[in-house]
Amino acid sequence: MTTAKETAPGTGAVVHGQEEIITGCDAVAQALRLLDVDVLAGYPIRPYDSVMSAVSKMIANGQMDAEFIVAESEHSQFEIGKHASLVGARAFIGSSGVGWLYGMEALVVTASLRLPVIALVGNRALDDPGAFGVEHNDALMVRDTGWLLYWVESAQEALDTTLLAYRVAEDKRVMLPCALSMDGAFLTHSQHIVRVPDPEPVSRFVPPYDLGDRQFHPDNPISVAPQFNEDWVMEARRQSDAAMRRARGVIKEATADFHRVFGRGPEDPFVDSYRMEDAEYALIGMGTVGMVGKLAVDRLRAHGKKVGFLRVKWFRPFPRPELRSLLRNLKGVGVVDRDYSFGSNSDAGVLYTEVAAALYPEPQRPVLVPFIAGLGGREVSAENMQEIVEITEQVTARGEQDTTCQWIGVRGPEADPRHAAGPSPEPAEGVAR
Amino acid sequence: MAAPELIVPDLEINRRLTVLPMQEYYASGHRTCQGCESALVMRYMAKVAGPRTLVTGTTGCMYVANTSYNSTPWVLPWAHTQLGSAGSSAIGTAAALKVLMRKGKIADERINVIAFCSDGGGGDMGLATLSAAMQDTRYNLLILLYDNESYANTDIQASGMTPWGAVTAFTPSGKVRRITHHRWKKNVPALLMAGHPTGRYFANTSSGFGMDLMEKVRTALDVGGPTFVQTHDPCPKGWDYDPRMSHELAVMAVECGITVLWDCLEGELRYQGLTKQQVEGKVRRRPVADYLRRQGRFDHFADEDLDFFQSRIDEMWEDWILPGVLRIKQTPLGRLPTSSAHPQASAHGPEAAAARGHRD
Repeated sequence: MTTAKETAPGTGAVVHGQEEIITGCDAVAQALRLLDVDVLAGYPIRPYDSVMSAVSKMIANGQMDAEFIVAESEHSQFEIGKHASLVGARAFIGSSGVGWLYGMEALVVTASLRLPVIALVGNRALDDPGAFGVEHNDALMVRDTGWLLYWVESAQEALDTTLLAYRVAEDKRVMLPCALSMDGAFLTHSQHIVRVPDPEPVSRFVPPYDLGDRQFHPDNPISVAPQFNEDWVMEARRQSDAAMRRARGVIKEATADFHRVFGRGPEDPFVDSYRMEDAEYALIGMGTVGMVGKLAVDRLRAHGKKVGFLRVKWFRPFPRPELRSLLRNLKGVGVVDRDYSFGSNSDAGVLYTEVAAALYPEPQRPVLVPFIAGLGGREVSAENMQEIVEITEQVTARGEQDTTCQWIGVRGPEADPRHAAGPSPEPAEGVAR
Repeated sequence: MAAPELIVPDLEINRRLTVLPMQEYYASGHRTCQGCESALVMRYMAKVAGPRTLVTGTTGCMYVANTSYNSTPWVLPWAHTQLGSAGSSAIGTAAALKVLMRKGKIADERINVIAFCSDGGGGDMGLATLSAAMQDTRYNLLILLYDNESYANTDIQASGMTPWGAVTAFTPSGKVRRITHHRWKKNVPALLMAGHPTGRYFANTSSGFGMDLMEKVRTALDVGGPTFVQTHDPCPKGWDYDPRMSHELAVMAVECGITVLWDCLEGELRYQGLTKQQVEGKVRRRPVADYLRRQGRFDHFADEDLDFFQSRIDEMWEDWILPGVLRIKQTPLGRLPTSSAHPQASAHGPEAAAARGHRD
């Protein structure tokens, strides 16, 4: 552990803080301490739960002052967070896998009530069969409900984005909850060197939470969420829609301010672009596949291939304009989903579907190839990523949009492409073969 | 946010209510049914809670029929919470108040936190949250369960607190099966009291006994900590009777010994009013048929159904050590003397029903 004092580039501001070797979950916990979060509700499920263990330890040791509630279910956990937020407390929740889905109802109302609760989703495969490993389907379940969604790649990004998340979510122009997704095990429990800032710049970056005239207090006798019915629900939905669209600008503004205050952070708030300057091919992914994706790009570049990697950071709001300008002049693009959407367009994953839709209005589009990899926590190697680039090149060389989804790293008969493409061994009655 | 003038007499020293405030904190604006007793319960509750109170309420009649947009009856701050979330909304609200006061982010004062729920929301779906709320002694909160004995705003479906045999949208009486609601009503206040030694106050009351109800709400708020009050609220729509009879039915349920007026403050069980006189053998219980026969939901009852119902009620008065509260007949220490009170010699004992080979 070292204490660092350095000058933020271009600003002259002295940035205090210290470097620590901590996990992704610990990094979020440090951010929560710096943010002086008021109410946290936890319920056990691996792997997100380490953040709650870390926070409760800090509270027990007097490093943090907050009410920590061990809830009796995720549904209660999220309702506790929602109601605490309504009273004016800065609230934090989190979950993984089916736990996140158990509290789905509470998640939906948190968003529709426009309460800026922040959640950590330690991405985990959904049951059944049980698996602890990462899949992104858990957090993606709320993608249509008004939650801001972000996928981080490193512990440092986890800490920084937690600060950013509260700043954006609590902005009066936004007032939406935000779920920070972190690949289970690969990031929740792996240690990185993380620069932990001092509280002072954090309080400058994130002003106190102020609900204004929506604060639930005896001095402000309001009725919250009365029955709207067909009279007004559509207008309420439209307000949430407007807030989500405004979030794009607020995210840009907050990211620029993060630079000013902390002297670091990405240039592009939405997409992490790696070696894209003269790229003809690119891979797209979310979360920790970025690490191996970038490694594969380095190897392929050494062999003269013009390939880059794009990591989608904010999934909601979706970086439509950024991806359009980054992708429109490429030859071929492989989208690597660590999730699935059975029966969807191209029988591919959620990210592919979104990227394809984003590119549709472009007059000139790259060949877009869907991939599914790393489900249930299966490792995605740099070799896998190289294979994905090769397949993308082959499909592109054929000169037509082939949207057959490729599953990478599948074993047994399921590995055979004909397994999915061929006729069912027991066709439904009346179906011609 | 300007603080309104505090216009309620200091009720902290007035647990046995002798002065009631004129002010109403649950006023016009709701669109509940004619004869709705639960709306009356809300009014009683708000009146004695006073203006320094935050109320959350689950989905149910007291949401859907109560609070239409632009037409709220709540003078107090009120917030909707999800059907199974009474306990969690109370904990979240109370925890936020506590930490914000501790950090000086809001003024440090006594603010009541009340979460109300229905028999479906509290007794069925949200029971685990009530349990969690009764455990968390860090917070002052009151859960009020208004029991109108069905999911009454949806379409009158059976809940775990619908009386045995009652007709509901999901438990009709048919040509082959006369009775299709097979569950005996669960006793939520007793179940919470028995399992949560940290809960400071548990009470069962009735919309027909306004003073009893208000005293229990006030006692709960005064003692603080986790507290629970349940009210028995006749429902003309769900029970199928003339709305004019709501109050009479609430009283009759107590007269028959079906609803039991009791509370338990810091582990001390007490009976109130008519119930107390029944326990002491000063008043005889009315036959339950008087109560059941006045409601359409029991129209299909045959004599043997009435006998069975009576036998169950008799059992809870004659064989339980704590009459009408906890189904304990015998302990390793033998029977306790409190069970000696037999207010009515009944010809409908449980053994008699068993001998008749009663089947539900």
